[in-house]
Amino acid sequence: MDSTITLNSICAPSEDIVAREIEGELIIIPLAAGIGDMEDELYTLNETGKAIWSRLDGTATLGQVAADLTNEFDAPVADIERDVLGLISELTRRKIVIVH
Amino acid sequence: MPQSFLTKYQRQDGYSRRGNPLKAIRLDIELTERCDNACIHCYINLPEADEKARAAEMDTAFVKDILQQAAALGALDVRFTGGEPLLREDFAELYLFARRLGLRVTLFTNARRITAELAQLMGRIIPGRPVEVTVYGMHPESYDAVAARRGAFAEFRRGVDLLLEYNIPFIVKQALLPPNRHEIDEFEAWAATLPGMQQKPGYSMNFDLRARRDHPAKNRQIQSLRVSPEGTVAHLARHPGYVKEMREFCGKFTAPPGDRLFNCGAGKSVMVDAYGKAQMCMGLRHPDYVYDLHNRADAEAAGVSPLKFVLTRVFPQWRELRATNLEYLRRCARCFLKGLCEQCPAKSWQEHGTLDTPVEYLCQVAHAQARHLGLIDGDENAWEVTGWRKRIARFTASGVAVEEKASIERI
Repeated sequence: MDSTITLNSICAPSEDIVAREIEGELIIIPLAAGIGDMEDELYTLNETGKAIWSRLDGTATLGQVAADLTNEFDAPVADIERDVLGLISELTRRKIVIVH
Repeated sequence: MPQSFLTKYQRQDGYSRRGNPLKAIRLDIELTERCDNACIHCYINLPEADEKARAAEMDTAFVKDILQQAAALGALDVRFTGGEPLLREDFAELYLFARRLGLRVTLFTNARRITAELAQLMGRIIPGRPVEVTVYGMHPESYDAVAARRGAFAEFRRGVDLLLEYNIPFIVKQALLPPNRHEIDEFEAWAATLPGMQQKPGYSMNFDLRARRDHPAKNRQIQSLRVSPEGTVAHLARHPGYVKEMREFCGKFTAPPGDRLFNCGAGKSVMVDAYGKAQMCMGLRHPDYVYDLHNRADAEAAGVSPLKFVLTRVFPQWRELRATNLEYLRRCARCFLKGLCEQCPAKSWQEHGTLDTPVEYLCQVAHAQARHLGLIDGDENAWEVTGWRKRIARFTASGVAVEEKASIERI
């Protein structure tokens, strides 16, 4: 996990991707090189990932995102915080989200 | 694990949600019929300076609207083809627009018009699919003879160099013609050095006649440039895996088609010609079976976009068409080589102006392949073979000894 990403980090989708919802699936389409392992690769997020993604508005901290998710998901806040940080680490590594 | 939240997306075939049967829609847009090459074998090209054609082409806003309609239906891919799509002055604008909609772009091009500015743009905003460059020769003499344009080869190589310089993935394919047939080994050796070429390049050699049936003299020329049926087989058999692939293919797709004309994917996706008419496939331009997307009244009455209207209301009806030509019913409808044969309504239209007339050349190519694979003997007509199931079973199960490496000299 990227140690520079904390619950105080504020994140937003990168301008190097387009996120589309098709038939209920959130699909992430890279516009720039180096996001996918292959250039034509697309990504999708599961329901939990979508819930996190939808809260990445460039103003809320990841801590606030996690806190908001406790209203929707029946899981301990520590687990949710760990999952938020884990997902954001993966998304920032792939340049799908940027940290403000 | 957090990583499981993010997975690689694979579009699944199969049923989609009610009201949207277009989950796997693919959009082809022929941006222009004009081309800076004047290739001797081309089924569609018009002169670059054809002002009448240019004036009739879809304008930028219309193309953007089609792209938006396709994206709204769930399309993930668009293919820009032509003519030479890079002749359009708005190409970069359309490219960016498509990418910002989240459409991956496949560009079919001869690469002559790839500029440093365009390569830079495509390096920054990647196409999402490899650019596909058709190669007409490995030297100025051969290339320019096919393209009928002096200096075309140098521009093509400059375009390819720019794609390499800006790390834009691309593949190459070749139109196999008399001026370049002797260069095939050289072409394949060069192709193998290109970073995007994971497989052997593809070839076209059984060229289509003019898709608009607009040029009888050119049609005669195209016919004279086609590789012979036996030469086609010899070319296919150069590929070491040819027989193995054909065993698998024949096991799945070889059976008489009956009188139903569309046994292919035509009409399940959409091809839009340079003038805004929706076609079921690239080749079928019979005026009774294209739909003008400028006509919005029917779609508006149905409460859907013109693209959705044509895909859900128009094409499905056309896909139900049945053959009535007695010769077709006697031969093609009963022929178990359907999977090997390129006979289809589009080819029939190009050759004969109907949808259901057997195309003799394609029939000969399919029979030559079948003879090579041991599916038929000597002068047998495949449509007269009653025990075809046994033959297919024998071929797919145990294999038939055939010569894998035919000589290219036979082409």
